Amino acid sequence: MVNFGFTISVTRAVEYDKNDKGCAEYVALRVPSSSACIGCGGCSATCTAGNLTEFNIRKIQMLMKRGENQLYKEQLHKCMLCGKCLTVCPRGVDTRGMILAMIEYMREK
Amino acid sequence: MSDKKHIVVIGGGPAGCVAAERLSRLGFRVSIVEKECELGGNLNNWDRLFPDGKRASEMVTKLVNDVKMADVAVWTDVEPIEAKRVENGFTILLSDKSLLFADAVMLTTGFAPFNAIRKEEYGYGIYRNVTTSVELENMIQAHIVPDTVSRVGMVHCVGSRDEKCGNMYCSKVCCITAVKQAIELKQMLPNAEIFCFYMDMRMFGPGYEELYREAQERYGIKFVRGRVSEASEDSEGRVAIKVEDTLVGRPMRMKLDRLVLMVGMEPSAGTRSVAELLGVKTKVNGFIQGGDPHIAANQTNVPGVFVAGTATAPMNSTDTLNDACAAAFQVANYLNG
Ligand code: SF4
Ligand code: SF4
Ligand code: SF4
Repeated sequence: MVNFGFTISVTRAVEYDKNDKGCAEYVALRVPSSSACIGCGGCSATCTAGNLTEFNIRKIQMLMKRGENQLYKEQLHKCMLCGKCLTVCPRGVDTRGMILAMIEYMREK
Repeated sequence: MSDKKHIVVIGGGPAGCVAAERLSRLGFRVSIVEKECELGGNLNNWDRLFPDGKRASEMVTKLVNDVKMADVAVWTDVEPIEAKRVENGFTILLSDKSLLFADAVMLTTGFAPFNAIRKEEYGYGIYRNVTTSVELENMIQAHIVPDTVSRVGMVHCVGSRDEKCGNMYCSKVCCITAVKQAIELKQMLPNAEIFCFYMDMRMFGPGYEELYREAQERYGIKFVRGRVSEASEDSEGRVAIKVEDTLVGRPMRMKLDRLVLMVGMEPSAGTRSVAELLGVKTKVNGFIQGGDPHIAANQTNVPGVFVAGTATAPMNSTDTLNDACAAAFQVANYLNG
């Protein structure tokens, strides 16, 4: 390729049409309560892992639903499965179950 | 000639019908002046009401019957063209040259849906597959949603909460309308993916939040917090949108088969003109200025002129009907006072 002295930046945008929504579909089936999330952030506010690391349970599940899998894959192991997030969710979302389903899906792939 | 005091209700939508019926039952002589050929107002252009899915036509039939039973005089196809304050009341000249004397006037001239052409960036009137919520409602009623539609996006707050079109207020009903229509679409197109792009979900009414949750859990409607900035059309006529998924903190792009604009409420032309005729004060947003918001919301700056329903602010049909009842009592107090 000719070197013009610059490169074209990769877009940061979520390209929804191109993204792989396989994990999202898998989690939606395995954890039906995941559909009820309203993004309030109660789970991530209380999350032990989230208070010590970059891990953000609310954001991870939203990225997953948009098919941005590469952005959170490396984060999943930080969850300690303590279940604190479940106790605060106003919509009864099984957040811990979602993490487990995501790990399962990634493993199977 | 009866010695009963006479109230002229201008506008025969839901607020006008209820106010007229109540006032008549309270012992007054009442006339409704309606510019269209039938009563019902914006309800005549609607299929089902939220949150219970009641047919709008059923509601109109009830309102019209109540008006009939209450012995209210109904003038259709006319509008006021002149109004004068006279001793103890008003004279109102109608477009058919009839002259009415009113001891009190009730303004129930309602709203008009926002004209989506004004939000040019969404391409309404330019791109084939961009429609308004009002058109979608008609399509749902007529069962003419094509089954080739596989992805729909509903844009909240079109013409509301937006200084770019001069409307700073929330229209109150469009969030729940989006939820209702998204469910109806999903019932017709079970395989379609439906997105609602919202700024805030304003589920204030009884049963609304529950319906929102049902839309998510039972129908799989996807709610994305972010305002669509613009739309464009591809060579196949699909609509490409730009939005930020603000809860993820990234811009997002996708193509849709249909883009539905949830249009807000603006004061109707009738509301604007009747306010001017009677010298009634309006707010900066064009809706009629009521009195003290807690205890005299249905009064205006002109003694003897009252207001109810969406002529004064956006509200849902439940609140409109209640507001009209409250207004009827304020008129009765004034006339009996
Ligand atoms: S289960 Fe995982 S996501 Fe939930 S609070 Fe514990 S560490 Fe955080
Ligand atoms: S607490 Fe529940 S509703 Fe709130 S962001 Fe977490 S999962 Fe979603
Ligand atoms: S009801 Fe919802 S869509 Fe309508 S203006 Fe208010 S926030 Fe926007």
